[in-house]
Amino acid sequence: MFKPTLVALGVAAMLSAPAYAADNSTPPSSKDLEQIRQEMQQLKQSYEQRLQSLEQRLQAAEAAPQPAPVADATPPPAAASAQSGNAFNPKISLILNGTYAHFSNDKPAVVPGYLLGDETGFTEAGMSLGETELAIEANIDDKFHGWAALSVAPEGGIGVEEAYINTLSLPAGFAVKMGRFFSDIGYQNHQHAHAWDFVDAPLVYRTMLGNQLGDDGVQVRWIAPTDLLLELGSELTRGDAFPAGGDNRNNIKAWTAFAHLGGDAGEGGSWRVGLSHLRGNAENRADSADTITNFTGRSNLTILDTVYKWAPQGNPSVTNFVAQAEFFYRKENGSLVYDPDGSADSSNYKGNQRGFYVQGVYQFMPRWRAGVRYDWLSADNTLDNAVAGTSLETMADNSGHPQRYSAMVDFSNSEFSRFRLQFSRDQSRPNQDVDNQVFLQYIFSLGSHPAHQF
Amino acid sequence: MKKIFALSIALMASSFTLPAQAALKVFACEPEWAALSKELGGANVDVYAATTALQDVHKIQPRPSLIAKYRQADLVVCTGAELEVGWLPPLAEKGNNPKVNPGTPGYFEASRFISMMEVPSRLDRSDGDVHAYGNPHVQTAPDSIAAVAKGLADKFAEVDAAHAADYKQRYQQFNLKWTAAMQKWAIKGKPLNGVAVVSSHKGWSYMYRWLGMQEVATLEPKPGIPPSAAHLEDVLATLKTKPAKMVVFAAYQDRRPADWLSEHANIPTVELPFSVGGVAGTDDLFGLFDVTLDRLLTALQGKK
Repeated sequence: MFKPTLVALGVAAMLSAPAYAADNSTPPSSKDLEQIRQEMQQLKQSYEQRLQSLEQRLQAAEAAPQPAPVADATPPPAAASAQSGNAFNPKISLILNGTYAHFSNDKPAVVPGYLLGDETGFTEAGMSLGETELAIEANIDDKFHGWAALSVAPEGGIGVEEAYINTLSLPAGFAVKMGRFFSDIGYQNHQHAHAWDFVDAPLVYRTMLGNQLGDDGVQVRWIAPTDLLLELGSELTRGDAFPAGGDNRNNIKAWTAFAHLGGDAGEGGSWRVGLSHLRGNAENRADSADTITNFTGRSNLTILDTVYKWAPQGNPSVTNFVAQAEFFYRKENGSLVYDPDGSADSSNYKGNQRGFYVQGVYQFMPRWRAGVRYDWLSADNTLDNAVAGTSLETMADNSGHPQRYSAMVDFSNSEFSRFRLQFSRDQSRPNQDVDNQVFLQYIFSLGSHPAHQF
Repeated sequence: MKKIFALSIALMASSFTLPAQAALKVFACEPEWAALSKELGGANVDVYAATTALQDVHKIQPRPSLIAKYRQADLVVCTGAELEVGWLPPLAEKGNNPKVNPGTPGYFEASRFISMMEVPSRLDRSDGDVHAYGNPHVQTAPDSIAAVAKGLADKFAEVDAAHAADYKQRYQQFNLKWTAAMQKWAIKGKPLNGVAVVSSHKGWSYMYRWLGMQEVATLEPKPGIPPSAAHLEDVLATLKTKPAKMVVFAAYQDRRPADWLSEHANIPTVELPFSVGGVAGTDDLFGLFDVTLDRLLTALQGKK
């Protein structure tokens, strides 16, 4: 900036001085002397001016902000590229998790008043690897986005948890999703298991949705142009997932509808309330326990869910609190057959089941959270022919109120890692038989940054 | 439930009857860009700040109110450089607003106008929550604001061409005021040149470069990893060989680690606003830097 000028000045001074020395070698006359004096005076003034201006420029340069390469805004440097999630396309993440589980009770994990879906038993006792989940996601083009979550079972075999595309550019607040996806009914249903606050799903999810509802189909969702969030949606699905399922999927065998309302409450709070409904048709759907009790009929499930989150000034870094509760009400109508290959008769069945869970999780210091949960179920079922000693008898057992108390503490070193200790006093078996359960779990996330969930 | 539905339908109806030529709806991810949008947009824009200076912008959740606001936005103004990586993509997926999705003309990224500092030469999570595109906390130096202002004014003129002349004029006014303020701040900040500091998070790299300050340690062992007792002891030991004048932390951060170090190293803490609205007197961008400098200078005199 100013350095070249200084150097030039210096050079000029050096060059001009010898020139005068040369001129002064002959004896000067008084006129000459006067002229020289004047010239010297002029030179002095000129130098003073130049020095002054240089000093000013130097001061200005010192005072001005360091001329970072930012200053000239044309053209924008291409250093930071658009936020696409990460430098790679698509973005990939891998979830590793494992548990140590101890159960004080080893009787079959059945629930009175309910037929359970597949893979709804307890976590494996002892040390075990959970499902490893690989998620891949990218914008496909300007109109579509794609997401796939594949789960690898510890014994081998790849399952497709989710694989869907969704639209990015529909007008008027609409969006469409198609493929296999977790339904948006309820609150916890759309969360992947590694984002749950407890090791296991609430009892209402375990008994009425087979832990989580995910099916093949199409979803349409609309958001109102309002400051209060109003979201309406519906899903039409194949009806393969519990409580639907079984033979003849040659139509739309299940549908859902949901409405969400949400907003902020005060400085640090936010809330969401949801009302959703699922109707599913089953045809000879096998149950999980012995695969010899088949259900044919219709399930109608209504869920009322609510969640409230709070953090001081809305800043969850140090402390925050999340409360959530969901109430499930299910009516079923159809027939049950025990041992369909044998000679057993079918039994007319009317189901009337309800349950809820309520939980609160508090982050009491950075990285540490503690939470409690209470689960409760009840059933009022009618069965014509509840064969003793079979799952039909369990189904017809309206006497018990299965319940569970859980408490957990977890530690997250970063957003990518979490360790959890959970204790549950489970009374979900017949006669409220007590099972004290202890879980130790780790959940690690490798790769791209996980998206936060509400 | 019925009442809530009736209410929401009434709200919907009212929003449909809004005049067609309403102000440009700007969804600003951070308060500094909300403030800059107000400076440059005036009455032509309706600005919503998605976060406050009291929130950790790394840890925002795509909560219902944000989805509702994103849905209605005409322009989204964010820092970018993956600062919002945890919550903007879910907002884009849930918000159903093709006008402002990343990559579209309705999406503005401030970091594109900055030459980024601390772009990591290797990407490894063992280095903490590193940002692949460099340190995203660009708003801590006024020259960043100046660079982004030009880009944002151009963006306003692009998406709201009807008021292009207004935006140009407002930008020129702002630029004059800002340039004058920067000269004032540069003189005021001279005593801070060469001052060594400890910071809670690597949040002030741009400010330190601007003022010529030196960061000798951070309270976070790695970016995004909260300070542990063991690491604080390490920092304390570091200060024996490389003494610092003060501990700097942001209004949204836990002050206890900074207080601990302040007590043990006997140096003052400085709570900085970090963004507009972080502490009293920072209602706009000018106040943000006035107060930031005041607080740093006060701490330099050894006052707590």
